[in-house]
Amino acid sequence: MLYIFCPHCGSRSQNEFAYGGDATVKRPELNKEISDQEWDNFVYLRKSPRGKHLELWHHISGCRQWIKVERDTSTHEIFKTYKATELIE
Amino acid sequence: MSQDFRLDNVGMVNRNKKISFIFNGKKYSGYEGDTIASALIANGVHLVGRSFKYHRPRGFFGVGVDEPYAILQLERNNERDPNIRATEQEIFEGLEVKSVNCWPSVNFDIGAINNFLKMFFPAGFYYKTFMWPPSFWYKIYEPFIRMAAGFGEASIKHDKERYEHKYEYCDLLIAGSGPSGLASAYAAAKNGARVILAEDKPRYGGSLLTSDVNIGNQTGVEWSEKIITELKSMSNVIVKNRSQVFGYYDHNMLVMSERIGDHLPKTQKYLPKQRLWYIRAKEVLISSGSIERPLVFGNNDTPGVMLSSAAKEYMKVYGVLVGKKPLIFTNNDSGYETAIEFKKNGVSPLVLDTRKEPSSDIITEAKNLGIETKFSYVVVAAKGYKKVKSADIAKISDNKKDLSNIENIECDCICVSGFWTPSIHLASQSGNKSEFDEKIDAFIPKKSKQKENTIGSANGKFTLEETINEAFDKGYEVSNKITENNNKVSIPTVVEKKSTEHDKFWCVPLPKGKSYKRFLDFQNDVAVTDIELALREGFRSIEHVKRYTTLGMATDQGKTSNLNGLQLVSDIENKVVPQVGHTTFRPPYTPVSIGAIVGREVGKHSKPTRKSPMHEWHEKNNAVFVDAGVWLRPRYYKQGNETLFEASKREAKNVRKNVGVCDVTTLGKIDVKGPDAAEFLNRVYTNAWLKLPVGKARYGVMLREDGIVMDDGTTTRISENHYHMTTTTAQAANVLSHLEYYLQLVWPELNVNVVSTTEQWAGAAIAGPNSRALLMKLFPNTDVSNEGLPFMGYKEADLSGISAKIYRISFSGELAYEVNVESDFGNFMWEKIIEVGKEFQIQPYGTEALSTLRIEMGHVAGSELDGRTIPHDASLEGLVSKKKDFIGKRSLSRSAFTKPDREKIVGVVPLDKTTSIPEGSYIVKDPNAKLPNPKLGHVSASCWSVEYDNPFSLAIIKDGKKMIGQKLFAMSPLKNKTIPVEIVSSHYVDPEGKRVRA
Repeated sequence: MLYIFCPHCGSRSQNEFAYGGDATVKRPELNKEISDQEWDNFVYLRKSPRGKHLELWHHISGCRQWIKVERDTSTHEIFKTYKATELIE
Repeated sequence: MSQDFRLDNVGMVNRNKKISFIFNGKKYSGYEGDTIASALIANGVHLVGRSFKYHRPRGFFGVGVDEPYAILQLERNNERDPNIRATEQEIFEGLEVKSVNCWPSVNFDIGAINNFLKMFFPAGFYYKTFMWPPSFWYKIYEPFIRMAAGFGEASIKHDKERYEHKYEYCDLLIAGSGPSGLASAYAAAKNGARVILAEDKPRYGGSLLTSDVNIGNQTGVEWSEKIITELKSMSNVIVKNRSQVFGYYDHNMLVMSERIGDHLPKTQKYLPKQRLWYIRAKEVLISSGSIERPLVFGNNDTPGVMLSSAAKEYMKVYGVLVGKKPLIFTNNDSGYETAIEFKKNGVSPLVLDTRKEPSSDIITEAKNLGIETKFSYVVVAAKGYKKVKSADIAKISDNKKDLSNIENIECDCICVSGFWTPSIHLASQSGNKSEFDEKIDAFIPKKSKQKENTIGSANGKFTLEETINEAFDKGYEVSNKITENNNKVSIPTVVEKKSTEHDKFWCVPLPKGKSYKRFLDFQNDVAVTDIELALREGFRSIEHVKRYTTLGMATDQGKTSNLNGLQLVSDIENKVVPQVGHTTFRPPYTPVSIGAIVGREVGKHSKPTRKSPMHEWHEKNNAVFVDAGVWLRPRYYKQGNETLFEASKREAKNVRKNVGVCDVTTLGKIDVKGPDAAEFLNRVYTNAWLKLPVGKARYGVMLREDGIVMDDGTTTRISENHYHMTTTTAQAANVLSHLEYYLQLVWPELNVNVVSTTEQWAGAAIAGPNSRALLMKLFPNTDVSNEGLPFMGYKEADLSGISAKIYRISFSGELAYEVNVESDFGNFMWEKIIEVGKEFQIQPYGTEALSTLRIEMGHVAGSELDGRTIPHDASLEGLVSKKKDFIGKRSLSRSAFTKPDREKIVGVVPLDKTTSIPEGSYIVKDPNAKLPNPKLGHVSASCWSVEYDNPFSLAIIKDGKKMIGQKLFAMSPLKNKTIPVEIVSSHYVDPEGKRVRA
C-alpha cells in the first residue's frame, strides 16, 4: 500500500485516496471550436508510461483536495507531490 | 498411551500442566507448551498423514514453519480448520485434530495404490492423462481429482470467531527474535527508536534456544530472556510472539498475523482469534533466520527422516526424543550438535559425514564423547514403510559418484543436515534482487529497494559472533538515522565453537540396479526423476519447471525443497545455480487464514450501514428494508399478510388517490456557495442556470465529458449566492468528487465552495392530491397555495417551532412537496406529518411504490441513466442548451450520438394486459428469428401501473419514437418468456404534467 504525502495533511496511506489518472491532461477551454480528434484525445486517450508519471489523487477520506503526485509506475517510488494549482516546473 | 519418548527434566514445556488431546479419534497427552508434533512424537507417533500424489506415509520433517508433511485438520468450537501445521499448533485441553489426504484411515489408505502405480504419475501427469475425451473432464476426471487431492476440507459454516485488524507505525520493525533480532532490537530501543519485534514462535530466542553458546558470560537462553524482559519493560518497544510477518508490500508496509487465540481451548470473550497488523515502518530489519536443507537420498520421505536441527529442537525445547536409535547424516558441522544432544540424553547416535577428513572443535567434542562417526559415508536409502526401521549406508568415493561397502544398519530415525538456506522471502518480496553466495551455496539479499536490511543467518552469517556484532551495529545505525540520539550500547563478548566448511554435496547417487524415489519436494511428491523428465521434455526456465512439476508450490512454498531443486536443474543443465535463478517469492510467507484477512468487515460490517433519522419509526411500522447504496430504505410497509406486490400497489394507489409520505433523507445533498455559483452550475448542468430566481428550484442533468448522463436532480436557489443541490442516492459521492475536480483543477478561478449536506437534512416527500391540504394544516402560518408556492417553488416555513424548508418538486408525478428539517428533528417532522395526515388518509410508502409511481410517469432513474445513455436516449434532450457550453457538450455532436436511429426511451405494455415483463428483457421484432435474435433494445424498468391496473415497463430501444404504436415482442431467455407487447409513450400517466402543477 502506497504512502502518499498530501501537501495539505501530511503522509497518509493509499486507502484514504482515490486515483484520478493523468494529471497533465488539460481540458479544452469552454466555447472553443475544436476538432473531433482533439476532443477524442482529451476524453479518451491517455499515455501509460513505465516510469515517471504525474497523476492525480483525490484525498477523498481526508481533506478532499485533489493533489498531483509524481510517481514511478514500475517501482511505485513517489518523487514529489503538489497541490492542485501548484506550478510544476 | 504413555509418553515413552519424553525425556526427564529437559526442555521448556510446563511439566506441571498435563494436557490431553485427540488425534484421529484417539486420546493422547502432552504438556502445556507442546505442539501437536512434539506431543505426538513424545507418544511415539510418527505417522500423521499421506502424501499428496502417491499417498505415501508422512511423518514430521521439521519443527516450525518449514514443515512440509504434518498438515492436519483441526476441529475447534465445532468448526473445521484445515491446513494446520502440527509443528506450529500448540496443544490445548480438548484439542481435536485428524489426518488429511487419506481414506479410510491414515494407517490403511486406499489411495496408497498410487504409490505402486507411480510410473503412471510422472511430472505433468494431469496435463497428459486427463486430456481425452473432453466430455470426461467434468463428469469423471475432475470429481475424481477433487476427491483425491487437497489438504483437508474448509468449513462451510459461518466462522463465529473474531478477527481484528490493527494499524501501527514504528521507526523499526524487526522480523524474528533470534540472536540478530534481539541484538538489533536492543541496540535500537536503547537508542530511543520505536521498535516492534515480531516472533513467529511462542518462545523468543530463535537459535539461541537450542545452541550451546555463551554471550556476555551467560548461556544463550539466559541472555535472550534477559534482553526480552528488558525490551518488554520499555515503553518504546512492542514485543509480539506467535506473530508472523508474512508480507512485505510497497512503501515499507508490512503485514503480520498475530495468533492470539489459536492455542487456547476457547476464544475468550472480546479476545480475537487472530489479529492482522498493518505496520508502516520507517526501517525494517529482517532477521528471519535460516532453514536447514535436506539431503536427498532414496526414500528420504519415510516417516522418521527429519531435519537434524528439528531433532535437536524437539530434545532441547520440548524434551522429546525423535528416536532411540538415531542415525545422523550430515555434510556440515550442524549434525554434530544434534548428535551431542542425543548423547547427553543417553542415546548413542551414529554420524555419517559426507566429508572426507573434516576437523573442527565440535567434531573433536563429539569424538571425545565417544560418538561413533563415519567419514565419506552416506545414507543410500531409508528402509521401512510407515517408519524408518533401518538404512542402507555406503562409503562414497572422493568424486561423490560411486558407492561402495553398502550395508544395512538398524535405526529408528535419520536426522539430515545439508547445511542452511537463509530465509530471504521478506527481502525478496520487498523488491530486493538476491545474489548467490557460493560460500554457503544459497541466495542472500543483495541491494535494498526499500528501507530494509537483512541481518544474521538470513543474510548468510552463520557464526554467532559475526551475527551479534552485525546486529548491534545495524540496530544502532538504523535507529540513529531516525532518532539521532547517538546512544550506543556495548556489544557483549561471544563464545562459540568454531566450525569448518560444509561439503558441497546434496544428492546421493543411486546404487546400481536400484530405482529408489529420491524426493526433493516433500509436500508435492516431486522426486529427482520428475525434474529430470521435465528437463528432458524441454522445460528450461525454473519458473516453468516449477509449474510443470509443482516443485516448491503448495502451502510450504518449497521452504525445504527450493534449493535442492535448483541444484539439480543446474547440475543437469551444466550451469551454476545463479544462472538458473530462483522462482519469485510472493506473500504470504506462511498461510494466513482468510478470516484474518477479512477481519471484522464481514456481513453487515463489510461497509457502513446508514440509516435515516426516521429508521426506528419505519421499523416499528413493519417496514421491510432494502439496501440502497450504503443506506437502508423501507421497501414497503407490510400490513397483515401482504406480499411485496400487494403492499407496493396499495401504497402507490394511495398516493394517486389521497396522499403518501416517503422518506427521502438518502438523497444526496450538496451546498453550492459563492459569487460564481450560478456560473459554475451553468457549466455543470446541460440546461441554463444563470437566470434562476431566488426561491426557485430547477431540474438539471449533468454529463460526464464523454457525453453520458452522470446524474440528475433538482437544485434550488436559496439566496443570491447559495444553492441547494440534490443528487441521486447512488451518485452522491461521485457527484461531489466531480464538482471538486472542476473547482480545484479545471476552473480554480471560480469562487465557489461545495460541501456535502446529505447527513444534515432529513427529508420527507409528501405526494398526492391531498398533499396541499395536508401542508396547509402542517404549516398554518405559511402560504402554500398554488400561487403562494407554485410548482418548482421553495419556501422556508415554521413546523411547530422548528425551521423547515419546503420544495415543491415531484418524482411521483403527483402534486408533491419535499420537506426538509435538520436531521435531529427528522423523526419529529415525520411523526407530525403522519399525525396531521391521518384525516387525509396518509400512508407511508416505500421504494417499491416510489418506483411504480415514477415508472408509469416515465421519469428516468438509475435503471435508465445506467452509464450508457446520453440525454437524447432518456428523452432529456429538451434540457440540453444549444447556446452555452457545459461539461460533455462537445461529445454530444459525435457521430454515434447523432445517428437518426439512436435509442430512445419508450413505454411497453403487454398485449394481454396481465403478463409482467421481466426487467432486462430484449425487445425484438420477430420472436422466431434465427439466433442471435437482432435486438432493438432492452426493458429497463417494470411495474404494475396502479393508474390503469395493468403491467407497464420502460424500455430503451432503437429509433424509439418511430416505434410507438408498433406491436413487438419482449423476450427473456433467462425466464424463458416471450411476451407480445405494444410500444407506447414513456409518459403513460398524465403526459401533459397537469397534476404536478395543480
